[in-house]
Amino acid sequence: MKQAISINVNGADHAGEVEPRLLLVHYLRDVLGLTGTHIGCETSICGACTILLDGQAVKSCTMFAVQADGSNITTIEGLATNGNLHPMQEGFWECHGLQCGYCTPGMIIAATQIVDRNPNPSRDEIRHGLEGNLCRCTGYQHIVEAVEYAAAKKSGV
Amino acid sequence: MTKYVGQRVKRTEDPRLIKGLAHYVDDIGLPGTLHVAFVRSMYAHAKINGIDTTEAFKAPGVVAVYSGKDIATKVGPVPCAAALPDLKVPDYRVLATNKALFVGHPIAAIVATDKYAARDAVDLIFVDYEELPAVVDVEAAANGGTIIHESFGDNVAYKLTSGEGDIDAAMKAADKIVSQKMVHQRLAPIAMEPRGVLARYFPGEEELTVWSSTQIPHLLRTQLALMIGIPENKLRVITPEVGGGFGSKLNVYAEEALLGWISIQLGKPVKWIESRRENVQATIHGRAQVGTVEVGVKNDGAITGLRYNVVADLGAYHQLLTPAIPTLTGLMLSGAYKIPAIQMNVTGVFTNKMSTDAYRGAGRPEATYVVERVMDVIARELNLDPIEVRRKNFPKADEFPFHTATGLDYDSGDYDGALNKALDLSGYQSLREEQKKARDNGKLIGIGVSSYVEICALGPSQAMPAGGWESATVRIEPTGKVTVLTGASPHGQGQETSFAQIAADELGVDLNDVTVIHGDTGIVQYGIGTFGSRATAVGGTAVLIAIQKLKEKASKIAAHMMQCEASSLSFEDGCYTKKEAAAASVTGKSEPVVPVGEGPAGALNDVPTPTNGRHKLTIQEIALAAHVAKEIPPDTEPGLSATYFFEPKNFTFPFGTHVCVVEIDKETGETKIVKYVAVDDCGKVINPLLVDGQVHGGIVQAIGQALYEEVVYDEQGQLVTGELMDYALPKASQMPWFETDRTETPSPVNPLGVKGVGEAGTIGATPAVVNAVVDALSAYGVTHIDMPIRPEKIWKLIR
Repeated sequence: MKQAISINVNGADHAGEVEPRLLLVHYLRDVLGLTGTHIGCETSICGACTILLDGQAVKSCTMFAVQADGSNITTIEGLATNGNLHPMQEGFWECHGLQCGYCTPGMIIAATQIVDRNPNPSRDEIRHGLEGNLCRCTGYQHIVEAVEYAAAKKSGV
Repeated sequence: MTKYVGQRVKRTEDPRLIKGLAHYVDDIGLPGTLHVAFVRSMYAHAKINGIDTTEAFKAPGVVAVYSGKDIATKVGPVPCAAALPDLKVPDYRVLATNKALFVGHPIAAIVATDKYAARDAVDLIFVDYEELPAVVDVEAAANGGTIIHESFGDNVAYKLTSGEGDIDAAMKAADKIVSQKMVHQRLAPIAMEPRGVLARYFPGEEELTVWSSTQIPHLLRTQLALMIGIPENKLRVITPEVGGGFGSKLNVYAEEALLGWISIQLGKPVKWIESRRENVQATIHGRAQVGTVEVGVKNDGAITGLRYNVVADLGAYHQLLTPAIPTLTGLMLSGAYKIPAIQMNVTGVFTNKMSTDAYRGAGRPEATYVVERVMDVIARELNLDPIEVRRKNFPKADEFPFHTATGLDYDSGDYDGALNKALDLSGYQSLREEQKKARDNGKLIGIGVSSYVEICALGPSQAMPAGGWESATVRIEPTGKVTVLTGASPHGQGQETSFAQIAADELGVDLNDVTVIHGDTGIVQYGIGTFGSRATAVGGTAVLIAIQKLKEKASKIAAHMMQCEASSLSFEDGCYTKKEAAAASVTGKSEPVVPVGEGPAGALNDVPTPTNGRHKLTIQEIALAAHVAKEIPPDTEPGLSATYFFEPKNFTFPFGTHVCVVEIDKETGETKIVKYVAVDDCGKVINPLLVDGQVHGGIVQAIGQALYEEVVYDEQGQLVTGELMDYALPKASQMPWFETDRTETPSPVNPLGVKGVGEAGTIGATPAVVNAVVDALSAYGVTHIDMPIRPEKIWKLIR
């Protein structure tokens, strides 16, 4: 039995009926066509599917779409404003914080939350904050630098 | 002329990736797509007495179900390209027919209208299994017991002896024989994007397009054409964005052929996206060797000979290169050293596990680990400094090209130089002093060094199973934009940027005017692909030489247009200039400027004419003239493009030294890397930013092997580490800050002078880490520990 849900994604309201078992990540990707959110493990380990749900970074592969009813979601596609890259996106580009790019959307989303909570994180704090996001390409160092870049830029340094 | 080459140029591929707008296979949606799910064996070894698909057929949304018997004669076997003497090659059908030989072995394929329906139907297929004893322990399997492929009579796929020099005499000449058994545990490559295939058959055109997450689009097309029985020129393979490979996508998989075949049967697009569980079960694994190294040494540390007897765990079947991987180990057993005699005796053994194949480094990390680990064992036995043992056996910088007893000719190197730089950068002497103090305070500090050499830029075709060259087409479009078509297939390495750097510099154009296209057999000339740290050294060279060919033609057209000899033209900053005019312009004469049209229509009406007294033409203006073809020499083909297939004469041999410092927590046994210094020499560097990225990522995979990762099968052959919850990938918080530096010894093998860097970190770092851990535990009499060195292992050792 399908259930009615209403979700705001990247500023746009979406209403529709979904199967209760439909995963949120499949809703975003297959129903809304927002394929920037990736699936890497289906078990909440890798973080490729990380999105912001009412401002909190969550893993959309282990959550049902119906659980997100009434929420506001930001995906990687919604991070730039008026065509300008988010400082975190800019940081990843400047610092070569990505190679194959598959973990990148989730990594960027998770990283924005680190800086939102702590405007001036240490390298250890950044690394700890990224524990739920796996990258197989970069060795993490350029990602840490990217987060530092974004933090500095956000606080106007 | 290097405005871009050698610079830290930001990647041109990044904007689409950081905005979430790139397209991996699963991001491509075609109307009416059907979804495929697989029934896979839950047993490591079982007879299949029957498959009941009745219930699955009745399930909502199910369109078709195929089992092994349906397609046994219709789709060819999964290919193996490795050719070894007397190699036993099992018939590897795309779906299991009579027996399942590993956990995850595909048994049936279900096609349904959506992926949930397909997955639901998997549980409605009843497979009548008769469980058989599983062959798990590779050393036992080499010596008898249950036979996996009965017709072969045993589980030995091949035996091979390689190497040069009189090994017995070399061992006799030694003062001492040092021996060490080592286990190279089985690893899973775990590209963050699992595999995925989308296949669409066009019944009218009789053409099939397969989108696959692969490193080798052209080789895949050839093999799929043979497997499916479709003419190769009716098959198009497209690799969209590929989310990492590390060798795991350097292969031809059953699912790729099956999806193509199913699409032809149903006349509809079909898609399969691998789950992570399927990925750990049924995408190739790496390493998995158990070997004993024996080294003959003089009392001063000079090595007289090295023998490596190894059993390689091949898994149940051969994937594309499975049996060849251990032979690469044999090639690199000389490491960075002069060893007069080397012998490897390898036994390749079938087990009831997924196939092993090329995982980042592919056989070479094993060699480097053997050599660099045993150098420390030798130092301990002879009571010498590990650095001195290495120095004692290095070839000198003036001894290159250097012939090894494994039959290779190392192209160029200065091993002492890289070692010295790494020791300086790490402050090795003071580290040793600090270590002593720390030990006095009861702390367990260890310092490990590894001086590696790797074989890259694979490679000359004579040494490769299916071509070792790479191709490039470079063309300048009428509007002056430059298109580079490369046969390489980058999947994160950044060659859209680095090849554009090469092209922009050689053509004197803006980087943003260059687009690099790859991974589409419908557009790009045949190519080999991206693996073995080859793309830049071989593929980049093809780009360079194609441009040189293109410029030969451009200069003829330029000379014709400016009514002079080509030899009287100079080329700089993208402009052909008459030499006398260039001299005149120094005195202040101005040149007429003709703008390059941006739009094709306008451009065609704006052809620069040769008779207007111009002394300078940009190569982009010449491109337009070449396409309009009104003012080109009479014997010249219109258009401005060139294709080159570059065949390297040798491999390249990057090298370096890594220094690792660890601290071990006595209470928990946990290893923490407190300092890591890497000095790598990958020859000339096109983009230092990308090289750093490759080195960092490579080291982390190496640390993963040293400390965390292992594919574990239990005694029944059941896969214990079947998800990322159990298979331990390195996390950001566990990794140290890397201090990297380089020495630069150009390779004489290619005109770019590059050696390749994709695998250096993975090859060089593993022994550095393990040597550091063993060094830390030396007070406990530890001389060797097998990987992965997890806390429990150390904790038990020091209790």
